[in-house]
Amino acid sequence: MLVFNFWFFSGLAIISALLCITRRSPVVSAMWLVVTMFSIAALYIILGAQFIGAIQVLVYAGAIMVLFLFVIMLLNLGRDEPTDLPGWWGHAITFGIGTLLIVELWAVTRIVPAGEVRLPAGTMDRVMEQEGVVGAISSTLFRDFLVPFEITSVLLLAAVVGAVVLAKRRI
Amino acid sequence: MDLLGSALAVSAIIFSLGVAGVLLRRNAIIVFMSIELMLNAVNLSFIALAQQLGPEGQVFVLFVMAVAAAEAVVGLAIIIAIYRHKQTVNLDKINLLSG
Repeated sequence: MLVFNFWFFSGLAIISALLCITRRSPVVSAMWLVVTMFSIAALYIILGAQFIGAIQVLVYAGAIMVLFLFVIMLLNLGRDEPTDLPGWWGHAITFGIGTLLIVELWAVTRIVPAGEVRLPAGTMDRVMEQEGVVGAISSTLFRDFLVPFEITSVLLLAAVVGAVVLAKRRI
Repeated sequence: MDLLGSALAVSAIIFSLGVAGVLLRRNAIIVFMSIELMLNAVNLSFIALAQQLGPEGQVFVLFVMAVAAAEAVVGLAIIIAIYRHKQTVNLDKINLLSG
């Protein structure tokens, strides 16, 4: 059942990603991207990262996609325009580069982590059971990665200030 | 049961679709969405590896999401600023620096 769910949501994610990059209207593309985000959140949960799955739905499918749709509506890009997809040569070049990339990445997936860095089987499940789903992440985040976490808050502040300055009427 | 290899393969396919979107489309907003697709594919491989290598991978996904949110905000603000000047988001028409 788990394997069936994994392949179901993988197929959904790939098909909706394909539709996202080929639809003409930006609004339709954004809607297919939301489907992709939800499928990837389901994949996270199947792979044992329930907390990240919830964050994915909140941050990506919620906040970031609303921002995208908001900008599309603000700029009034929703109407049908002549397609911006290039001719057959553009498709051919993209297809070639994409195939090359897939082959390359597929070769990378053949590599298995070396035995000494790999945790014994079932370790993550045991840690999750002992500390809870959120506890396992938060103890690592606030103990080993505290400084990067604080730096992230500075980054977000800089992004907020930068966005306000850039989107002002007179730049 | 081991889904690591399959999850990495799915992540590779979604990443390649993101690259294809960046190369194929000329609409700045859709190029931006393709970049988000690529970030999501990388997150998926982080999560798949975190199952065997410890919870650090999941922590990194949180950081990637924070950076992606900041990047989306600044990038969309830049798109709005460019649209004010040029009245278009077609990347072929935004060629101020190409001389």
